[in-house]
Amino acid sequence: MERIPILKIGDVLLASIQIDLQDRDVLALQEDLAEKICSSGARGVILDISAVDIVDSFIGRMFATIAATSRLFDAETVVVGMRPAVAITLVELGLTLGEVRTALDLEKGLAILAALGDRTDR
Amino acid sequence: MTTGPEPTDNLAALLRAGTGALTRRWIELAAAPLRGRLTVAELERELTELFRALVAAVESGSRDLQSEPYAEVRALLSDMSRHRARSGFTPTETAVGVFTLKQALFELVDRAEIEGDLREVLAFSLLLDALGLLTFETYAKAREEVIDEQAEQLLELTTPVVKVWEGVLAVPLVGTLDSARTQVVMEKLLESLVGSGAEHAIIDITGVLAVDTQVAQHLLKTVMAARLMGAECTISGIRPHIAQTIVGLGIEFGDITTKATLADALRHALTRSGVTISSGRG
Amino acid sequence: MTPPAAREEIPITADEDVVRVRQAVRSYAQKAKLSLVDQTKLVTATSELARNTLTYGGGGTAVVEFLTEGRRSGVRASFQDDGPGIPDVDLALTDGWTSGRGMGLGLSGARRLVDEFTLDTGAGQGTTVTVVKWSR
Repeated sequence: MERIPILKIGDVLLASIQIDLQDRDVLALQEDLAEKICSSGARGVILDISAVDIVDSFIGRMFATIAATSRLFDAETVVVGMRPAVAITLVELGLTLGEVRTALDLEKGLAILAALGDRTDR
Repeated sequence: MTTGPEPTDNLAALLRAGTGALTRRWIELAAAPLRGRLTVAELERELTELFRALVAAVESGSRDLQSEPYAEVRALLSDMSRHRARSGFTPTETAVGVFTLKQALFELVDRAEIEGDLREVLAFSLLLDALGLLTFETYAKAREEVIDEQAEQLLELTTPVVKVWEGVLAVPLVGTLDSARTQVVMEKLLESLVGSGAEHAIIDITGVLAVDTQVAQHLLKTVMAARLMGAECTISGIRPHIAQTIVGLGIEFGDITTKATLADALRHALTRSGVTISSGRG
Repeated sequence: MTPPAAREEIPITADEDVVRVRQAVRSYAQKAKLSLVDQTKLVTATSELARNTLTYGGGGTAVVEFLTEGRRSGVRASFQDDGPGIPDVDLALTDGWTSGRGMGLGLSGARRLVDEFTLDTGAGQGTTVTVVKWSR
């Protein structure tokens, strides 16, 4: 099993998924991210799925779980780069991603997090 | 001699002996209905080759068009029919290429220019009928292919995804929407969002005559899919009777933004992306 | 990559087999000339079903086949297990549009993603789910 690398850029954690996800990779990523958010005090999480060609209910639920977990640490999650075919399939599958924010690409995802940061900065 | 089963008639010998006269008359007869849309030289090349292959196949002793010795005949004939279909020839003009050989043989036998009795003529007639059917089948299949291609091209032409502002795409839908077409358009729109990085899309249905449940569902799903990708989608130009249909069908548009006109939708998209619009006066 | 055979059997006994099923289905779907969206739908559906086979059926077998019918081609995938079976089929197929929890979404969601869906099961009889998707 390969662990998905998590990069820290400023106060944002970036996980770029480049492999065909097994369920245990998904669970491992959830754990790793929770730990990393907690230890780093990151304010945002970006999941880059531009290389992912299928998202089933298990993977989809991971997005919602990560978003909910990160919110406990006062961090926002943005899923970026979802492919059109994946988006159409998820809608057909009937899966809602809950509170997850989405953006077309990494740059726009970072912009969303920056805007949120500005608004909530005390 | 051939290694195949012994032929019960002298068809092979007859054809070989009459090759010159038969092909000449065949080309003559086949050329007439084509009215010069194919040069005689082209036709001569095609039919001579086909005749040669046919004689070779008949010599094998088999009369079954699906059998191995006829592979070349089938290939040549399929090519010919497909070519005719694609060049816009009618079914008759295509089939005539085969059936005129029958006529040529009948004539020549009748005038006793070649030796043949009922048995040979009958055997040959049956074989040519089979060839005729094959021609027609290939022709029909080729036409279907042409229709499919044209339908696809038409779809491309009638559903342009246009950039109306920096970061704003629009798809004006026109005519009758069926489920298949809507699906293709929507996929194209979502692809364009990725390609251009636009975060706003407007689906304008001013030119749409009718919407059924399935089409409305596709529109909704597209808006939801766009949202999953991180883009906002507005539907504009819903005509009163279409609005009634949508309500009547009990379709929930939920929190999807709808605007009366394309202009309203554009203004909405611009406002959301932080563009301020001021009038030029004063 | 070598072209896929007309039929392939994949045992489902572990996590990585789900990925193996997805990859096999993808290559068959490409061979059947399914559009990218249809490929994605089919692969996603089979991913759900393979996981069900593993999680609820205690493992089993997936069979992926290439189909032709007239001018169209397609892919059939079936998932068979000798697990406890599904006592209440209607409940298992209940639409999980908003819930996103439990096993409802796997089966009912998979059904929405394919052209043909058959479910053969019963309490104590194991479960076989077969799905087909055709090219357009």
